[in-house]
Amino acid sequence: MPAPHLLVHEHRDNVGVVVVEGLKAGTRMLGCVTADNSTFDLEAGADIPIGHKVALVDLRAGDTAIKYGEDIGRIVADVARGGHVHVHNLKTKRW
Amino acid sequence: MNAFANLTFRGYRRENGRVGVRNHVVILPVDDISNAACEAVANNIKGTLALPHAYGRLQFGADLDLHFRTMIGTGANPNVAACVVIGIEPGWTRKIADGIRATGKPVAEFSIEQKGDLETIRAASWAAKEFVHHASELQREDCPMSELWVSTKCGESDTTTGLGSCPTVGNMYDKLIPGGIYGCFGETSEITGAEHICKARAATPEVGERWHAMWKAYQDEVIEAHKTDDLSESQPTKGNIEGGLTTIEEKALGNLEKIGRTSRYIDILEPAEAPAKGPGLYFMDSSSAAAECVTLMAAGGYVVHTFPTGQGNVIGNPIVPVIKITANPRTVRTMGEHVDLDVSGILRREMTIDQAGDALIEMIRRTASGRATAAEALGHREFVMTKLYRSA
Repeated sequence: MPAPHLLVHEHRDNVGVVVVEGLKAGTRMLGCVTADNSTFDLEAGADIPIGHKVALVDLRAGDTAIKYGEDIGRIVADVARGGHVHVHNLKTKRW
Repeated sequence: MNAFANLTFRGYRRENGRVGVRNHVVILPVDDISNAACEAVANNIKGTLALPHAYGRLQFGADLDLHFRTMIGTGANPNVAACVVIGIEPGWTRKIADGIRATGKPVAEFSIEQKGDLETIRAASWAAKEFVHHASELQREDCPMSELWVSTKCGESDTTTGLGSCPTVGNMYDKLIPGGIYGCFGETSEITGAEHICKARAATPEVGERWHAMWKAYQDEVIEAHKTDDLSESQPTKGNIEGGLTTIEEKALGNLEKIGRTSRYIDILEPAEAPAKGPGLYFMDSSSAAAECVTLMAAGGYVVHTFPTGQGNVIGNPIVPVIKITANPRTVRTMGEHVDLDVSGILRREMTIDQAGDALIEMIRRTASGRATAAEALGHREFVMTKLYRSA
């Protein structure tokens, strides 16, 4: 497989991780689910730095973000599929 | 037969049967005010290593117990061939020296009161010189990998640590723990968000319950008692956030990748406590700050440390080699001098976790046999004591 732009841990995750530097909005990303190396395409909705997360589906405020197949916090502002998910729209449920 | 059971490395067999991977002659201060004498001895006698630190006066209770445990455990670590102990007064100095002496290694002790720094430095330098002659004649010998004690803690994590470098460590443990090594993970605060998973990874429900009680006590007695706002300024750290980690839950799930898929922890250690239930994986109740955590694990007797990093933590330890592993290609490009094992191929799907685990085992074997780590070559010797509360 060519090197992917985006890695996702589990099929039930709703966020993935950009693993290339300098990703630009509009890039047609190759995504890969590491659980079984299956691939998919997704268009980047923003310039997203390496290591930062991408919404795999439209997420609404109040939704739970899922990564590793687990709850990693609450979405606090709507983000469209392909958009950047980080501290501006995702908060911990712990402290 | 475990495929890794026949691997060997070249180590130093100590008097008590443990195997070290380094051969330090340590000049150990009992307390902060003995640092100057220790550093003077280390300056006089080449091939010795002073370990200055900030504490050791007017401590009491559990905090004093931890101080003694850290001091004794550091001197007793098999990576130390011999130890000179210097304190301001003879009582606590004797206690620490005797604790180290129980290993059978050469130990000499000196106290400063009624002599002064200069006379103490003179006498301690003579002892240190004899220890250097002794240590320099010791030879490495072939030792089975099963005699290694390998600890782990990650730092400056980002999302690539959970994808690449932490699963690499986990794969190593899944392969080496069944072969008989001792493993250790910790970072109590950083399990928050994945505590249900960590509890379930105990070898027995009883150990899981003890783990959960320890984690809950930390939440109640430290976090709840001392927080002034939520912890989002500290956990995740600014470096974690720069690297793309958003919440403590996300960080914790990546952190726990270090214990692999099949390994189960058999006991819970106090900070700096030596494991006593035989080979296997242990959890040490510890800070998530890198230098504190590695210092505690070294004092627990671990001789090699594996350190996954994403954004590029530069930490080392004076007596234990710290092997840096990263999967972040930007960190490999911008901070390559700090990286011992590049597993960024995992992100490009050029390298499997299984291959990365094998590469780490080989790097551990080479490091244990004498290869200097990046942190050793760069002079990183962070020795940081954990303090539980204010002194009397």
